[in-house]
Amino acid sequence: MNRINQKLQENKKLLSIYFTAGYPALNDTVRIIQDLEKHGVDMIEIGLPFSDPLADGPTIQESSTAALQNGMHTELLFEQLKDIRKTVSIPLIVMGYFNPMLQYGVEAFCKKCHDIGIDGIIMPDLPLDVYQEEYEDIFKKNGLINVFLITPQTSKERIRQIDAASEGFIYMVSSASVTGSQSGFGNTQTDYFERIAAMQLKNQQIVGFGISNSETFEAATKTAKGAIIGSAFIKHLTKQGVDGIADFVQSIR
Amino acid sequence: MSYHANEKGYYGEFGGAFIPEMLYPNTEELRQNYLRIMQDPSFKKEFDQLLKDYVGRPTPLYFAERLSNKYKTKIYLKREDLCHTGAHKVNNTIGQILMAKKLGKNRIIAETGAGQHGVATATVCALMGIECVVYMGEIDIARQAPNVARMKMLGAEVRPALSGSRTLKDATNEAIRDWINNPVNTHYIIGSVVGPHPYPDMVARFQSVISEEVKWQLKEKEGREQPDYVVACVGGGSNAAGIYYQYLDTPEVGIIAVEAAGKGIDTGESAATSALGKVGIIHGSKTLLMQTQDGQITEPYSISAGLDYPGVGPMHAHLFKSGRGEFISITDDEAMTAGLEVSQLEGIIPAIETSHAFAIFDHKQFKEDDVVVINLSGRGDKDLNTYIDYFKL
Ligand SMILES: Cc1ncc(COP(=O)(O)O)c(C=O)c1O
Repeated sequence: MNRINQKLQENKKLLSIYFTAGYPALNDTVRIIQDLEKHGVDMIEIGLPFSDPLADGPTIQESSTAALQNGMHTELLFEQLKDIRKTVSIPLIVMGYFNPMLQYGVEAFCKKCHDIGIDGIIMPDLPLDVYQEEYEDIFKKNGLINVFLITPQTSKERIRQIDAASEGFIYMVSSASVTGSQSGFGNTQTDYFERIAAMQLKNQQIVGFGISNSETFEAATKTAKGAIIGSAFIKHLTKQGVDGIADFVQSIR
Repeated sequence: MSYHANEKGYYGEFGGAFIPEMLYPNTEELRQNYLRIMQDPSFKKEFDQLLKDYVGRPTPLYFAERLSNKYKTKIYLKREDLCHTGAHKVNNTIGQILMAKKLGKNRIIAETGAGQHGVATATVCALMGIECVVYMGEIDIARQAPNVARMKMLGAEVRPALSGSRTLKDATNEAIRDWINNPVNTHYIIGSVVGPHPYPDMVARFQSVISEEVKWQLKEKEGREQPDYVVACVGGGSNAAGIYYQYLDTPEVGIIAVEAAGKGIDTGESAATSALGKVGIIHGSKTLLMQTQDGQITEPYSISAGLDYPGVGPMHAHLFKSGRGEFISITDDEAMTAGLEVSQLEGIIPAIETSHAFAIFDHKQFKEDDVVVINLSGRGDKDLNTYIDYFKL
């Protein structure tokens, strides 16, 4: 069974962390993954940096720009990760934008992920219909779960469609916003979380965007299976460096 | 084969909507409604009326006699430079502001490079009394000060795009992010035939009035609706889409697309997407774009800010790939020289974007009785400083 599915069966709320590969320093990737696992994180999204991250706010934009300036690129990330399964056993997901994957070759990219032991892919700008028509077979052949997003504006019908197409979890974007907003969760979010919970989807949901501390983590996981922290973790790395990972994880739960 | 978009927004292998789910409801609302709204007689009536009374359409089709004598062929100019605000851009913004109203939107966002599309958007927002935010790269804000002032005078807010290379591509990213943050009340008026479906098709349809007019105007002057060639400069490709539109599926009409070679195709400072681009995804569209081997989008260069875009609309990618269109790239120097020549032969100072289209005569030989229609997409007022610096006027 895929590690993501195994993890989703555990009887606890899952903490997932996103970081941008190649940031703060080019070769921090493995160290960050190992430390996150060591301090109790359940799942990791490894961000493949892109020059034009449309869905991201300033924090992830800046970490992506810095990572690219540091020299990060697709082949190098795969190279850095080649022995990762010797030391790390939690689910690992590669998250990025579709163009770098397309240039690498979707088939070659998926095969590399499979060989490394990557469990899933999140490509926000690879739309559901294109995925199903052109790439689903390739993902599946390589044992990769493709994770789809929903937002507060996603219609009920489309949520059903996405639920049917999903095989791990649904990435529930907390609000109409790019990553890194700090506005906290109000009634709109609570209503939305409850509305989705009431739909009794076949896939569990993990909430992302706007989770920055223990309060937002708790609010998000009241109904959802877990939550993903990205920008807040990157900000922490910027301030405290890779030595501060334990502190950060402990501040969340 | 048709060179128009299919119902999923594909031109051959190019186009589509490669957007994050956050944008799906926005583009889906537009996709489901744009054709219905555009075909609604009340919409058509209002659009045509504004194009006539406010924009000043039809724009003349002018026989450029001295230019024709010099290059020994029959050259007609489609005078989009005479449109209100000085370029073809306003055809699209008039259409889209009416679309936004029909969709019940009360806030407009736009991106701009040189500021022409920003001004055209700010203009129609003032006309309709709708809030307007224009994203513009911090670097472009500094080098296009007069257009920034025009937008402000028209009541728009100009927000600097501070990310990436701080030019047009990044302004577009910021506009898209704004749309993600404001999915319900906001309409994004994109400035060219780029972006996710249905934008390329919708913008092309709004600009198609250009070739619609050429058809009857040419009939009056030459006794035939079809020229031998239609010629336009291509940044994103909206003025080109406008003058090609009625002739796309008429193979007897040659299509010539003129791109900016910048300092030269091999110099690393160029915006000639057809020569330098590869298939990829930019701003939600699968098209040709300039990028690194690793799929990072690279920064283009051209002396003309309006051609300074690393991609090209999917219609044009398809015209290039299929061979239907002939693509010619023109350097900064060639364009500037051609701009000066047209000024002195015809008494018309073209926008530097358009000057690129006038430089094709050294690259392409036409027959004496060929009828060549060049889209004079904009006037050169906004470029005076660049012309002054270049020619030490
Ligand atoms: C006068 C003029 N022509 C052409 C362009 C290029 O845009 P497009 O290729 O969409 O026509 C611009 C863009 O600013 C412009 O101002």
